[in-house]
Amino acid sequence: MGSLRLLFRTTAARLSALYLLLFTLCAVVLVFYMTGESVRFLTSQTRESISEEIVGLNAVYQRGGLASLVRTIDRRSRQPGANLYLVTDASGRILVGNVEKIEPGILSREGWTQRPFNYERFAESANERAHPALAQIIALPNGMRMLVGRDLAEPERFRLIIRRALTLALAMMGLGALLIWYFVGRQALKRIGAVTIASNRIMGGDLTGRLPVTGSGDEFDRLSENLNAMLGRIGELNEGLRQVSDNIAHDLKTPLTRLRNRAEAALAGRQTAAGYREALEDMISESDQLIRTFNAILMISRMEAGYSSEAMEPADIASIVDDVIDLYEPVAEEAGVELVRGDVVPLTSLANRELVAQALSNVVDNAIKYSQSGNAKPVVKVELLQDAQGSRIIVTDNGPGIPEEDRERATERFVRLEKSRTAPGSGLGLSLAKAVMKLHKGSLKIGSANPGLNVELTFPKRAAA
Amino acid sequence: MNIANFARTSDSQPMKILIIEDDRDAALYLSKAFGEAGHTVDLAPDGDSGFLLADCGNYDVMIVDRMLPRRDGLSVISTLRAKGNKTPALILSALGQVDDRVTGLRAGGDDYLTKPYAFSELLARVEVLQRRLASGEVETVYRVGDLELDRLSHSAKRAGKDITLQPREFRLLEYLMRHAGQVVTRTMLLESVWEYHFDPQTNVIDVHISRLRGKIEKGFNGPLLHTVRGAGYMLKAPGKV
Repeated sequence: MGSLRLLFRTTAARLSALYLLLFTLCAVVLVFYMTGESVRFLTSQTRESISEEIVGLNAVYQRGGLASLVRTIDRRSRQPGANLYLVTDASGRILVGNVEKIEPGILSREGWTQRPFNYERFAESANERAHPALAQIIALPNGMRMLVGRDLAEPERFRLIIRRALTLALAMMGLGALLIWYFVGRQALKRIGAVTIASNRIMGGDLTGRLPVTGSGDEFDRLSENLNAMLGRIGELNEGLRQVSDNIAHDLKTPLTRLRNRAEAALAGRQTAAGYREALEDMISESDQLIRTFNAILMISRMEAGYSSEAMEPADIASIVDDVIDLYEPVAEEAGVELVRGDVVPLTSLANRELVAQALSNVVDNAIKYSQSGNAKPVVKVELLQDAQGSRIIVTDNGPGIPEEDRERATERFVRLEKSRTAPGSGLGLSLAKAVMKLHKGSLKIGSANPGLNVELTFPKRAAA
Repeated sequence: MNIANFARTSDSQPMKILIIEDDRDAALYLSKAFGEAGHTVDLAPDGDSGFLLADCGNYDVMIVDRMLPRRDGLSVISTLRAKGNKTPALILSALGQVDDRVTGLRAGGDDYLTKPYAFSELLARVEVLQRRLASGEVETVYRVGDLELDRLSHSAKRAGKDITLQPREFRLLEYLMRHAGQVVTRTMLLESVWEYHFDPQTNVIDVHISRLRGKIEKGFNGPLLHTVRGAGYMLKAPGKV
């Protein structure tokens, strides 16, 4: 019963109910129109034949007088299936004709009867006495009246047949609609029920669950497929998030533990004031590093969430490149790395100056750090090119590079490839740069410079001005 | 204890600071810390009361949290500015997006700091803000001890001897001299000299400073450019404590 009520609440049910109503309305209008028209047609035919008859009777009257008319009428009224004839005298007594009884008042008015009236014929069985009829009444001399009419049973029967057909058709239509409604609705409900069960399971926490797809390619399938794709994406993001929080927990645990140990050690030993101060200062710089890491994580997540495309404005990329080279030149020199400014073409692009500068700084910083582990004199080259492949900032070093299988991982958060574990840094530099480029609808690609690393920050062509 | 450290190293004038911050713990901590650094602090827990205090009180600097109950921090500042109140304002924000900084400064803020921040950074910035307004007229020649920097002729001298500086080094020294006696942080230097607001991951600024230090101290008498641990740098005449 509950499922039936549910069925009535389906869209299919509502739609079919609406269609049923509309169909019925149309059918009723149509049938009424049709019966009305045909009855009117039959009636006008009746009137015509009555008029003709009267013309004929008139001729008889003209020729043979009243007696001849009465005789003719008497003869005609005895024929089987005859029309209605009636002649009365001034007092209303029936002189001749085949009408036994007539609705009172009909004869008092001349001309066409206004509406079908009931009459009874002679010599008819009792059960079908009253008939509707149409007639014309004519005044004869001496106050006599003559009625010539025709039975309306035929059009009446016609009307009845059509009405019965209509009722039957409507009943069948209703039944059909109900059946369609039930089956279509039940089918839809079944599919939706399956989807509901699946989504409940997913909401219950099983993000690997998927909505059922029957393979028929219908709209339910398409919807399910789309929702499944969405679930897949959510699952990916969720997995990413889980990984990130694992990484965060892992990578922040180390400095936090160090911080705690330092505080503990400072408390345990007997220290001079200067000793305490030093311990505290160490702890502060350790915390600063932690804050820095947190900020970087926050920034990456915000950018990955696609924040603030409104902060983009035309930015002079070439001057950003120059700024970063200028900023890192002393660092490079101190590290014994030659920082080379390669080709830098003038380029203005829709970008966020801050973010691009930070991304490039991270990449250059990285290159300076890792170029030192190579054999040759370390060189880091920064170029800004614009060609068929788009506008790219390319940072190349001649260090050991990253093996191909590790390149993809190098831009993941907190990944410091094993060899570089000892180098300082949060391990967020390249992933931040990648997130920045992604926000700019560009990309960050890591390639090989044979030997060394080649990092390309590509801006989309569209944004290049 | 690092706070006491600042109270000693920085020779800023005591300031009257208004802190509009709804986080009670944070506000109390700031109040205590600024107090130990020698400044006086008034606290306001929401935008409305903060606005009233700022409007009547005569503060040297106000620190305004961006998200406040009753009235948004930016609206507090912009309303004050519309009324002609020029008290330097530093906006504290938990949002930390680049465009946020822009909207914050557009609303009339003078500086912008993102949570979480180090107190040393906040203190340094607040002290510099006060100086910025107090100094008013910009001098053409800065002097710290026997070091001299002429902003018109773009030249620097120490003890009468010319020092050759790269353009960027000149701007660095100029900023340090303008804020002589005050702690300036690495991010403040990056902001004013390179005009970038991000946090440099490594010691880029330190290396620039040590280069500059080499130029202005090597072969001369006494250190000028001091490193303040856990905070930044300070340019100070030798012998002046």
